[in-house]
Amino acid sequence: MRKSNGHSFTWKTFTESRLFLPLIALSLILLFDLIFIPGFFAIENRDGNLHGSLIDIFRNGSTVMLLAIGMTLVIATGGIDLSVGAVMAIAASVAGILMNPSALKNEVFFVTDPNYTFQPLWLVIISALFVAILCGLWNGMLVAYVRIQPMVATLILMIAGRGIAQLITNGLRVQITYKLFTFLGQGWVILPFSLYIVAIMFVFTWLMTRKTAIGMFIESVGINFRSSFYSGIDEKKIKLMVYTFCGFCAGIAGLVASSNIKTSDANNIGLTTELDAILAVVIGGTAMAGGRFSLLASMVGALVMQAITQSMYAIGVPAFALQAIKAVVVVFVILLYSEQFRSFIRKFSVPKTEAKP
Amino acid sequence: MSEPDQNILVMEGISKAFPGVQALDDVSFNLKRGEIHCLVGENGAGKSTLMKALTGVDQPDSGRIFLDGKEIQAKSPQHAQSLGISTVYQEINLCPNLSVAENILLGREPHKFGRVDWAKMNVLASETLQRLLGVDIDVTKPLGSYTVAIQQMVAIARALYMASAKILILDEPTSSLDVNETQQLFKVMKKLKDEGVGIIFITHFIGQVYEISDRITVLRNGKLVGTYDTDSITRVGLISKMIGRSLAEFDEMSKIKLDSSKHIKTEALLQAREFGLTGAIHPFDLDLHAGEVVGLAGLLGSGRTETANILFGAEKADSGSVSVNGNLVKEHSPLGSIKRGVALCPEDRKAAGIVDDLTVRENIILAIQANKGWFKYLSLQEQYEIADTYIQLLSIATPSPDQPVKNLSGGNQQKVILARWLATNPQVLILDEPTRGIDVGTKAEIQKLVLSLAEEGKACVFISSELEEVLRTSHRIVVLREREKVAEFAGEVDEKTIIHAIAGGEA
Repeated sequence: MRKSNGHSFTWKTFTESRLFLPLIALSLILLFDLIFIPGFFAIENRDGNLHGSLIDIFRNGSTVMLLAIGMTLVIATGGIDLSVGAVMAIAASVAGILMNPSALKNEVFFVTDPNYTFQPLWLVIISALFVAILCGLWNGMLVAYVRIQPMVATLILMIAGRGIAQLITNGLRVQITYKLFTFLGQGWVILPFSLYIVAIMFVFTWLMTRKTAIGMFIESVGINFRSSFYSGIDEKKIKLMVYTFCGFCAGIAGLVASSNIKTSDANNIGLTTELDAILAVVIGGTAMAGGRFSLLASMVGALVMQAITQSMYAIGVPAFALQAIKAVVVVFVILLYSEQFRSFIRKFSVPKTEAKP
Repeated sequence: MSEPDQNILVMEGISKAFPGVQALDDVSFNLKRGEIHCLVGENGAGKSTLMKALTGVDQPDSGRIFLDGKEIQAKSPQHAQSLGISTVYQEINLCPNLSVAENILLGREPHKFGRVDWAKMNVLASETLQRLLGVDIDVTKPLGSYTVAIQQMVAIARALYMASAKILILDEPTSSLDVNETQQLFKVMKKLKDEGVGIIFITHFIGQVYEISDRITVLRNGKLVGTYDTDSITRVGLISKMIGRSLAEFDEMSKIKLDSSKHIKTEALLQAREFGLTGAIHPFDLDLHAGEVVGLAGLLGSGRTETANILFGAEKADSGSVSVNGNLVKEHSPLGSIKRGVALCPEDRKAAGIVDDLTVRENIILAIQANKGWFKYLSLQEQYEIADTYIQLLSIATPSPDQPVKNLSGGNQQKVILARWLATNPQVLILDEPTRGIDVGTKAEIQKLVLSLAEEGKACVFISSELEEVLRTSHRIVVLREREKVAEFAGEVDEKTIIHAIAGGEA
């Protein structure tokens, strides 16, 4: 019996792989940094921990990377989740109120003790993630069982979510100083701690989708849900699962983000990050209509988004102009992605002498 | 060819390669004014590719195309249409949620004061349908509310509405039409022919080729076999030119069937009692025995597909019961059916069969994997073994099991879906139009396969709109009419009896 055709790694298989364009985009941005920003690639060793602009890209990109993991799966089923930013805020509020419930008494309590927390850390994390999972489950129910269009279904929570987050914290910003919790976003173990969280989530999700049948079912549902239905795949369960998982990812991202700014700010945590996450997935080459996906390419896509932000700050673009410039760069990246451009690249990369098949 | 000015279209030395396949190899073709020219050949022979090269869907690698003596190169279907080349595709490319009138006049809506003149549009559309095709329907209703046959008619009306059409390409237009509708279409074709339009007619129905065409061009494996006057070539001669092998296989069929009928068991694998769904199919009784092929005969819309769907659980029945292997089925769903050993190869290959971006291998293992669940993932090696087995068994033409299934021809896609279901090793196999849009050679292969599966002890249900095929393949025939089971014939029956049953009492 013939074994699988061993994939020989050639330039051609590389240019046609899903990783090619996101990597090109990332390299272009880094090349720009190399030329125009002195010291961008410098990495400093502070007490055994690594610091530098490059590390910052990873650290600040970790929330979008976490979101992109869940978002990739949702988009692969042909859906979209607009509520992840709001779910981040909800998870952050739950965590904040459990550590510092002063807001419930209608007072802003400025803690200074780094060891103070109202509830133990494990309870804080589990509760926040549990609520995030409930949010995802809600989205999944609406999309899979009530059959509401994903964009509309998740829009509900996108709008309502911030209200819910404010209700939880009684409309106040909750300050968080508990040291163990701030370690999530600000801690450093050679590399930023949040990167380890991203790595664990990535490896876990990769194993779950590529070493089980789930990945193939997600793609199958995204490409043709009727064929999948006739083949015995429970399309509803798959959808419920991916939205729930996406909520879970958003919960983790919310914890990291609130830990990073030491506040659970229901109004600003995760604001417009859902769009960054969606763009990261799109740059990673997963079609918005669903189908084939690559988690790794989505991660590179998230880094592209963050690298743009970081570079703009580094060359001194003011914060208010950042969004506009980011948009221009994103448009350019997406242009690179068009089928026409791909065939253009192929024309140059494939030697003319190649024999006809 | 003696008078070159007679030719409205000349295609010379057309070649086109796709990754791994030489789809067209130096093919020449010509079409005269006022001629119906049939283009025939097996799946993957290159008929569709040749037409795509003509209509600008794909650009040929080499070759020249002359329309009315002038060299042309269509850049897109729109461009081809503006040159006077209109096409009706095999798969209906219309918008089911728009009204019939909108579909016919899309992009050419009549305007009044800068706005679309809806009243005029509806009148125009219904006139077009009546004048050209003799179809009288409410053109304001959404297209999707009509049967596939009517949708096909609308697609043709849309193509014909181009007043300037010099060439009309009909790609398998009759595959979902019944006899009357086909005759209606032929009438229209003859009328257009008299008006000087050149018609290229692609079909798998040999009977229709002889009924309507003036000349026939045969393609095989991307190469031109020849162009013949219809009067000068016999059916047997034509078919052997198309499939390039002897016809003995066809005669074999009846012998195989006779042999296999000895293996029919008496106990029923699947038993349906008063089984029905309101609005889809009246309650019916049906027994399927091991080793037997049961044919479902009936016109389009007679409830054949609905019967298949409720037996499989794709649609939930609201009356009666079904038991498999003597066990009453409680929770009916596709997955449940797969677990019970019931498989359905659905009618609509594109919409409910293939998952086009997945590879051949993934498409083949999809149903087994669904049965195994999310976590018991088949190892890559097992997957390749299963895929390779079925690629060989069904001789699926694909460069590798890792090819996306959308790159395969229609017939090979159908085989991939068959493979998906055979891989689940079903006891009961329901095949809804497994041979639609498939060439003669593959048809015979699939029919033989069905009989040999029955011989292995499976119960098969065979649904086809070609009565001849149902007769040739089935041991027992169930006739449906107007969503009701009206008759059942076991043993040898002739076509006439069945047609009478299909047509109803007064015929």
